[in-house]
Amino acid sequence: MIKLVVNGRARNLDVEPEMPLLWALRDHLGLPGAKYGCGAALCGACTVLVDGEPVRSCSMTVGQVKGRKVLTIEGLARPGLHRVQKAWIEHEVPQCGYCQTGMIMAAVALLEKKPRPTDQDIDEAMTNLCRCGTYARVRKAIHAAAAATPVANVTAGKP
Amino acid sequence: MTVRSPARRDFLRASAAAGGAFVLEFSFPFAAQAASGAPATEVNAWVVIHPDDRVVVRIARSEMGQGTYTALAQLVAEELDCDWHKVSAEFASPNASVKRGRPWGSMSTGGSQGVRSSHDYVRRGGAAAREMLVAAAAARWKVPAAECTVSEGVITHGPTGRHLRYGQVAAEAAKLPPPREITLRDPKDWRIAGKPLHRLDIPDKVLGKPVFGTDVMLPGMLHASIAQCPVFGGTVKSVDDAEALRQRGVKKVVREKDFVAVVADSWWRANEALEKVKVEWDTGGNGKASDATIEAMFRAGLADPGRAEARKAGDAAAAMAAAAKVVEAEYASPYLNHATMEPQVCTAWVKPDGFVEVWTSTQNGEAALSTAAETAGVPPARAEVHKTMLGGGFGRRGATQDFVRQAVLIAMQLRGKPVKLMWSREEDMQHGFYRPASLAKLKGGLDARGRLVAFEADIACPSILKVVMPQAMRGNVDFSAVRTLNDMPYDVPNQRVGYAMTNGHVPVGFWRAPGQQNGVYRECFLDELAHAAGQDPLAFRLAMLAPGSKDRAVLEAAAKAAGWGTAPPAGVGRGLAVVNGFGSYAAGVAEVSVAADGALKVLRYVVAIDSGHVVNPDTCAAQAESNAIYGLGALFEACTVKDGRVEQTNFDDFPIPRLPDMPKVELVLVPSGGFWGGHGEPGILPFQAAVLNAVFALTGRRIRRLPLRKEDLKRA
Repeated sequence: MIKLVVNGRARNLDVEPEMPLLWALRDHLGLPGAKYGCGAALCGACTVLVDGEPVRSCSMTVGQVKGRKVLTIEGLARPGLHRVQKAWIEHEVPQCGYCQTGMIMAAVALLEKKPRPTDQDIDEAMTNLCRCGTYARVRKAIHAAAAATPVANVTAGKP
Repeated sequence: MTVRSPARRDFLRASAAAGGAFVLEFSFPFAAQAASGAPATEVNAWVVIHPDDRVVVRIARSEMGQGTYTALAQLVAEELDCDWHKVSAEFASPNASVKRGRPWGSMSTGGSQGVRSSHDYVRRGGAAAREMLVAAAAARWKVPAAECTVSEGVITHGPTGRHLRYGQVAAEAAKLPPPREITLRDPKDWRIAGKPLHRLDIPDKVLGKPVFGTDVMLPGMLHASIAQCPVFGGTVKSVDDAEALRQRGVKKVVREKDFVAVVADSWWRANEALEKVKVEWDTGGNGKASDATIEAMFRAGLADPGRAEARKAGDAAAAMAAAAKVVEAEYASPYLNHATMEPQVCTAWVKPDGFVEVWTSTQNGEAALSTAAETAGVPPARAEVHKTMLGGGFGRRGATQDFVRQAVLIAMQLRGKPVKLMWSREEDMQHGFYRPASLAKLKGGLDARGRLVAFEADIACPSILKVVMPQAMRGNVDFSAVRTLNDMPYDVPNQRVGYAMTNGHVPVGFWRAPGQQNGVYRECFLDELAHAAGQDPLAFRLAMLAPGSKDRAVLEAAAKAAGWGTAPPAGVGRGLAVVNGFGSYAAGVAEVSVAADGALKVLRYVVAIDSGHVVNPDTCAAQAESNAIYGLGALFEACTVKDGRVEQTNFDDFPIPRLPDMPKVELVLVPSGGFWGGHGEPGILPFQAAVLNAVFALTGRRIRRLPLRKEDLKRA
């Protein structure tokens, strides 16, 4: 049994330690929010946060995540929509939406680190692939979510 | 009619996976009522109303990001005259469509058809429901319906001031006959349609709810990963699955004529075990095909005097011979994969009684249903397709339902158990139905005053229609292969277009705006002609476009919005193109810069589109952005062929545009009314040519062969 904390809840997994986290989440924990896009850490559709860091869950094994805290899109809206999700809805970011859960998790991680990201910060952090062309709206929504963060939180280094 | 949902119960029970139970929230045909508990009423095929006035609009077309799901709901709701905040949508059931005589019409979703080919009957559906609801209220009040008015789902009897809500009369309305005559609203009076309303599908997508084909979870479901012969058309010769069968979680290795699949209790286990299956393929006769053999085939086609005639006007040869100046050029494009972010996927469940249930990301629910039924050998009424949201489509999931056939074949060998087949990215990259490669030779003759008097084009291009819609062939001409070349809006008196149908072994399919590469060929060549004539590219084109024509209007609108005629900023080149298609008229102006190492950056794309009417301006803007990025990708992407197979396997060797590559896209909507055009594809039509013409304006280099490589633009 491998123990992880997923979305604040302790979970025991009876799987091979070399199984990528993505498949443990999707097929063994019933959390399909992180998507399979490439299986090779190229597209970012599988992005989740592990101890607050964005990772490509298709290329990180369950063994590597043992005992660590995993946050998936399913655990993000607690309580209520995360400001990134709100900005995503306000700016109508998704088209097909398949890459968007990964995009959102990457954006959440970016804003944790840089509450007021520049365009260049966004260029560097948002390496997720989108085939529909939502990139301009992703950028706009990240700026909007950043602007929605109270200045006090920014100076205190809180999300 | 009260809505019942036999499949819903199974689905709600779905999935007590290894770490704990959870309830699946999936948008399903006819799911609305089961979710709410109270009985909903189907007023007609399009409109379902709950007692609390919530309205569910049935959508027959698929949603792959293009926004049809919302736009069609807007059209229905506009005529229904209900409260938009209470509107949701669900996909119409392909099985019910079969049983009820196709009340929703076509489910095919391609060619930017969603709105443009169903606007009339979906609006009639909404209007008919409204009339029936008003009639039901009038009957209850025992007053003439003419004394009643309706607004946002509330029916008012004017003389007495009494009110009834839709939810209160829906059950009675459903029993009434549909009205004989329907008057549709004038678009100028629209209150729901025509507005940039929030899309209905976005909240679920932002929450990460399971809405895609890959997200389907069913009780006891197994997972399959597939391997097809890397050489197109090859078959399975022998299989050694001993080692694979020993792997953890593996249930079965399925061998069919043209594929091998491993079925396991998780997809990763299935896919890992697939690596351990030793398959010997019979590659057929195509194992030596390559880009070189394909190009040789194209050249042979162009040299074939028996090639088909796709256009003839005047006498092009004579006019060319008499021309003051003749320009010739050769253009080429490679095969392209759609590369939908969600790979091909289908869950199939062959029930013990033979009923076949399928969940899939498909652009055509009816085609998926017939494929499932045919594969399982049951009548279509004994099959159901649950349409999920698509993780991208772009034409890949429409004409060919190969993934449905495979999933059903696999599930037939595991009767009674649902099996979700998902392709690996590698499989998806190497087994597409590719945008056809093509080679075109163009020739233009200018008279002494620089007017284009003769145009000749010959194109060698595999035919999509010959395979998927042979009835749409016009003799030996596939119009999707010659469009834009043989239907120029320009007034050129002498034209000849030849088509060489050169079908190699690489499977081809509709790829966003089929024939869009001809926009590059024609509009870049027009730029060459303008240059040869010493004329401004805009003036050169306008001189050949009739005053008052829609092509001219969009070109002028794009040029004006982009500031054509003013000097671009230093280091920026500007180019334009005009190409109509998919029911709409489109023109674009691109601004580009090129770095010293040859890296191209598209800074800005202004695109003017006349689609007649506009149902959701924000969705149209999103589609313009989407077309720009898809067009941008098509400048750099390529599927190359070697040893009979596509060489690319994943996003490392088939890189698609990234966030920093996104140009600033400005959509100029110029709806002129009187017709209905699409938005899913027109925006891409002028894109690549406008960019390449801008590259020429900036660098003096004419790009005639795609993909564009950095070396092509590197400064010497």
